[in-house]
Amino acid sequence: MATKEQTKISKEVLFDLHRRMVRIRLLEEAAGQLASEARIPGFIHLYVGEEAVAAGGCVALKDEDQISSTHRGHGHLVAKGGEFKPMMAEFMGKATGYCKGKGGSMHISDLDLGMLGANGIVGAGVPIAVGAAFANKYKNNGLVTMAFFGDGSTNIGAFHEAANMACALHLPIVFMCENNEYAEYTARERVMAITDVADRAAAYGMPGVIVDGMDVVAVYEAARVAVARARNGEGPSMIECKTYRFYDHAGVSGLGRTYRSDEEVQEWMDRDPIKLFEAQLAKAKVMSEEEAKEIHAGIQAEIDEAIEFAENSPLPDPEADMLTDVYTEAS
Amino acid sequence: MAVTETEQRIIRYNDAFNETLAELLREDPDIFIAGEDVGRYGGVFQSFAGLNAEFGDERVVDTPIAEQAIIGLGIGAAAVGLRPIVDLMFMDFVMVSMDQIANQAAKMKYMFGGKAKLPLTITTTGGAGLGAAAQHSQSLEAWLIHVPGLKVVYPSNPYDLKGLLVSCVRDDNPTIFTLHKAMLGSKGHVPEGLYEIPLGEANIVREGSDATVIAIGKMVPEAEKAAATLAEEGIDIEIIDPRTLLPFDMDTVIQSAKKTNRIVIVHEAVKNGGIGAEISAQIQEQAFDYLDAPVTRVAAPFAPVPFSPALEQAYVPNAESIAKGVRDVLHRNI
Repeated sequence: MATKEQTKISKEVLFDLHRRMVRIRLLEEAAGQLASEARIPGFIHLYVGEEAVAAGGCVALKDEDQISSTHRGHGHLVAKGGEFKPMMAEFMGKATGYCKGKGGSMHISDLDLGMLGANGIVGAGVPIAVGAAFANKYKNNGLVTMAFFGDGSTNIGAFHEAANMACALHLPIVFMCENNEYAEYTARERVMAITDVADRAAAYGMPGVIVDGMDVVAVYEAARVAVARARNGEGPSMIECKTYRFYDHAGVSGLGRTYRSDEEVQEWMDRDPIKLFEAQLAKAKVMSEEEAKEIHAGIQAEIDEAIEFAENSPLPDPEADMLTDVYTEAS
Repeated sequence: MAVTETEQRIIRYNDAFNETLAELLREDPDIFIAGEDVGRYGGVFQSFAGLNAEFGDERVVDTPIAEQAIIGLGIGAAAVGLRPIVDLMFMDFVMVSMDQIANQAAKMKYMFGGKAKLPLTITTTGGAGLGAAAQHSQSLEAWLIHVPGLKVVYPSNPYDLKGLLVSCVRDDNPTIFTLHKAMLGSKGHVPEGLYEIPLGEANIVREGSDATVIAIGKMVPEAEKAAATLAEEGIDIEIIDPRTLLPFDMDTVIQSAKKTNRIVIVHEAVKNGGIGAEISAQIQEQAFDYLDAPVTRVAAPFAPVPFSPALEQAYVPNAESIAKGVRDVLHRNI
C-alpha cells in the first residue's frame, strides 16, 4: 500500500476518498436489496467492489470537470457529487428522480454535476467524453474530462475511434479503465489476447499506467498525475485500474456461477477497497475504527431517508409526462 | 419572395451551403465544424472550401475517418455548451454512426429528464445520380424519421437550403441536414445574409386541383418537370415539398388531400418502409373520406442503388415516372 504517498496527502483528501467510497457502497447495497425485493424495477448493475476507481478518479477532479460513465454508473454519479434522494427516486422510476423517472438506473445522470450520463451501450460514453474535452479545449476553460469505461468496452469500435481522435486532437481527457476482468459474464482472457488494457494506450500515442484498483490512494495518485497533464495541455492519458465486481454483471448475486469461481470472488473480496483503506487509515492513526463506524452510520441514515423520500414520491404521469422532454422547444 | 428578376442573386446549391456556413461561423463563436476532409481540403464536394482558411483549424476541424467519434464529438461538445456542425461525408455513413445518432444524440434529453440541450447539426449528402453505387447513393431518411428526438431536413433548392440550414444550426435539438449530391450544381435565387425557414413547414411549390404530388429533395424539380408535361395534357397538379421530414407538416398535406382528393408521394429511397408509407398511412387516418383513389407511391425498386448508368437512371424516379404515377392515380377510383 502507498504509505509513502499517503503522508503527502492531506487528511481532508483521505477523508474525502473514504467518504465517497462508503457513499457508493452503502447506496449500492441498499439499491441491491430494494431490487431483490422488486421495489426497484428493471435491470440494476451494481458498482460494489469498484468504489476505489470512481472515488480516486473523481477526487482528483474539480467540481466543474466532466465525466462520462457506463452501465455501472451509480458509483460515478455518487463520486461526482450525486445526491441520494434523486438517485434513489430515479432507481424507483419516480418523478422526483434525477431524470424524472425517464432514464432509470442505466441512464442516470446530472449534467449540472458534469456527469454526461450512465450509458446502456458499451463504449458509447467515450466518444461523448471526447466531445466534452474538445469543448473544454475550444473554450480554453482549463477543464478536464474523465471517461470511465470497462475492459469490455475497449473491444468496441467507438472506444478505438474516440481514443484515436482524442490523441490526434490532443484533448484534455483522462481515459479511466476499470478492468474488472469480465465483460458481462465472459472472462477477459477469453475475449482479449492481451492481459493489460493499458498496453493499448501506446497504439493511440498516449501514456498508459496500471494501478491497483482496490487501492484508492494509488488510483487517486495516478489520476492526479493524468488530470494535471490534461489540464496543462499535455494531452490524453490512460489509467488501467485492476478491480473486481463483487456481484454479477446485473443483479444482486455473484456466487455459485459457471463463469467465475467462488474462490476467485472470495480472493477479491478479501481485498475489499474500503476495508483495506480503513485498515490503513486506522494504522496511520488518521481515522479510528470508531470514526469510520460513525461515518458509515451517518451515510446509512441519509440513505434510509432517501429511500423514504423515493418511496413517498409521485410516479410520473403517463398523460402529462410521456411526450415532454423529447425535444427542446424554441425559447 | 417579393424580389424582382434583376434583384435576384443566382448561386449554386453547393455555394449556398458554403456561404451559409461561413456566415454562421462569423455570427456565432460557439459554432464549429468537424468532419472528414472538411478542413484543409474543403470537403470531397468542396462544400467547405475556404472555411478552414478563414476560421482556422480550431473551428473547421479535420477528423479521422471515424463516424462514431465524429458524432460523439458533436454530442459531447453540444452537451457542454457549444453549437457543433459535424459532417458525415455520405448519408450511407449514417449506419456506421447510428448508435451515436439514435441511441445517444436523439435520446439524451429524454433519458436525462429534460436536462440536456443538444444544439447539434449533422450535415450529410444523400441521393443517387453520380454513379456512386450502393454505398454512396442512398436516401436513408426513413431510418432517421423513426427516431424520436431527431429533426430531419432535406432541401430541394438553394433558397430553402440556406434558410433551413440556419434554422437547423440555431435549433437546440439534434438535426440532420441532407444535401442532395446530384443537386450541388443546381442554381437558384439566394439572398445574402442569414434568414430562417421554420423547421416543420412544408412549401406548396405549385398549386393545382387534380392531384397532389408530395415530393422530397431532388424529386421536387422532377415533379415540376412532370407538372409541365401534365399541364399540356390538361392535368393540373399541386406539388408539396415537405422540406422538413421530421417534424412533418401533415396539416398542409391533409388540406391539399381534401382539395385534390388524389395523392402521389415521390421519393428516391426504396418504396418498402419508405417515408411514403408513413405519409400514406397518416393521410388515410386523417382524410380517408376525401380520397377518390388509393394513395400512390413513386419510389425506387427494392434493390440496392446500382452502379451502371443504364441501371441507375432506371432506378431513380424522374419526371416521366412521376407523370405516370399521376395518370395512374387519376384513372383509379375507390
